[in-house]
Amino acid sequence: MSKTHVTTKVNGDEVEFLCDPRETLLDVLRDRLGLTGAKEGCGTGDCGACSVTVDGRLVCSCLMLGVEAEGKEIGTVEGIAQGETLHPLQKKFIEYAALQCGICTPGILIAAKSLLEKNPAPTETEVRYWLAGNLCRCTGYDKIIRAVMDTAAEMREAS
Amino acid sequence: MHYYKPASFAEAVALAAGAEGITRILAGGTDVLVQMRADIVTPDTLIDIKAIPGTHEIARTAEGGWRIGVAVTGAEMSEHPELGRDWPGVVEAMDLIGSTQVQGRATPIGNLCNASPAADSVPAMIAAGAVLNVIGPDGSRDIPAEEVPAGPGKTTLKKGEIATALTLPPRGQNGGDAYQRFIPRTEMDIAVVGCALNLTVEGDQITSARMALGAVAPTALLIPAVTEVLVGKTLDDDALAALAALAEANCNPIDDKRGTVKFRTHVAGVLARRVAQIAYDRAKGAKA
Ligand code: FES
Ligand code: FES
Repeated sequence: MSKTHVTTKVNGDEVEFLCDPRETLLDVLRDRLGLTGAKEGCGTGDCGACSVTVDGRLVCSCLMLGVEAEGKEIGTVEGIAQGETLHPLQKKFIEYAALQCGICTPGILIAAKSLLEKNPAPTETEVRYWLAGNLCRCTGYDKIIRAVMDTAAEMREAS
Repeated sequence: MHYYKPASFAEAVALAAGAEGITRILAGGTDVLVQMRADIVTPDTLIDIKAIPGTHEIARTAEGGWRIGVAVTGAEMSEHPELGRDWPGVVEAMDLIGSTQVQGRATPIGNLCNASPAADSVPAMIAAGAVLNVIGPDGSRDIPAEEVPAGPGKTTLKKGEIATALTLPPRGQNGGDAYQRFIPRTEMDIAVVGCALNLTVEGDQITSARMALGAVAPTALLIPAVTEVLVGKTLDDDALAALAALAEANCNPIDDKRGTVKFRTHVAGVLARRVAQIAYDRAKGAKA
């Protein structure tokens, strides 16, 4: 099977890879680029564990082919901390214990970050609807929602 | 599987017309990738149309309607400043599909061409009078949205034909549309019944009406007889009762785990009343 050469940007860095056209972006991130933050929960767009941004737009990386990443800018959970300094959302998730097994967490962080960039002052209802595509089997969601709301409030104060 | 990313529709049509085996067009991929993953459909040829100029555009037509490019996503429709003012029902119906992540990729034209009887955006586009613009080896043609699905998973597009855009007619004065569906929870589910209604008024009197039902037959249905029960009337109790009866009479649903025939038929009538009221209020100036 002939492979396709793809050039893209991941978390600001130029990246090149060869992939089979059937491979999803999630497969490429995990198996070819060693970025295992995005998780595969379902592979069919239902759980959000594979969430990434593509040109700033929140998507499921399991529902996109690796070849479609050509010329795009991909954002993954690996890119949200600044060096050793965690993103405010990451800090709040720890403070609120908004995770248990952690499988859903990278997707939820990326999804929540994309919400706060679009809407710095979301209502609780808006947060819940925005994150409706991110399933969590452990936390019961409440701590996640509180952590996101509190991060939003803190980031508003800081800016 | 061969993956192609043509730079023009002419190139895409030549690829599709000449391809052997199973061909799929890739726009948002929210159905195509799931079908590949589940081994339901493994295309031999995959044609990604997103590099073709104009496919991401939402533009006014010369007549005052809207042309929605084949790669336009639900998120782009919801974010558009004017589209939802003209066709709130169409935009809301599309927005009901899937999660935020899915909205970032899923396209209304994909929803139409995937031909699921329960596709949420399809009754709304049928009620709006949308047409699908396609191009093929024999040139271009327009297909009314209600004539695109031929049955579950099947369309009336011919070999080599590719959708280029969806055209919504001009909204005009004093018009409104609405779509609602029933699902057992509040988000992220497949319609058990869906109903869309689009009408215009003069004062309190209805001057035109189109209704479509989803998930109650093998394809979404246009219900032409709605003009007989609504046009020339005001939306009073009698008109609403006649409308509900009409919706129920046109249901031909299946019994499955998500709803029985009896339940679906009843809900179709309930939704018809509700969307008629919303569309009527919008036509009379209520803001979406
Ligand atoms: S793995 Fe992509 S949505 Fe579940
Ligand atoms: S922490 Fe386990 S799935 Fe969310």
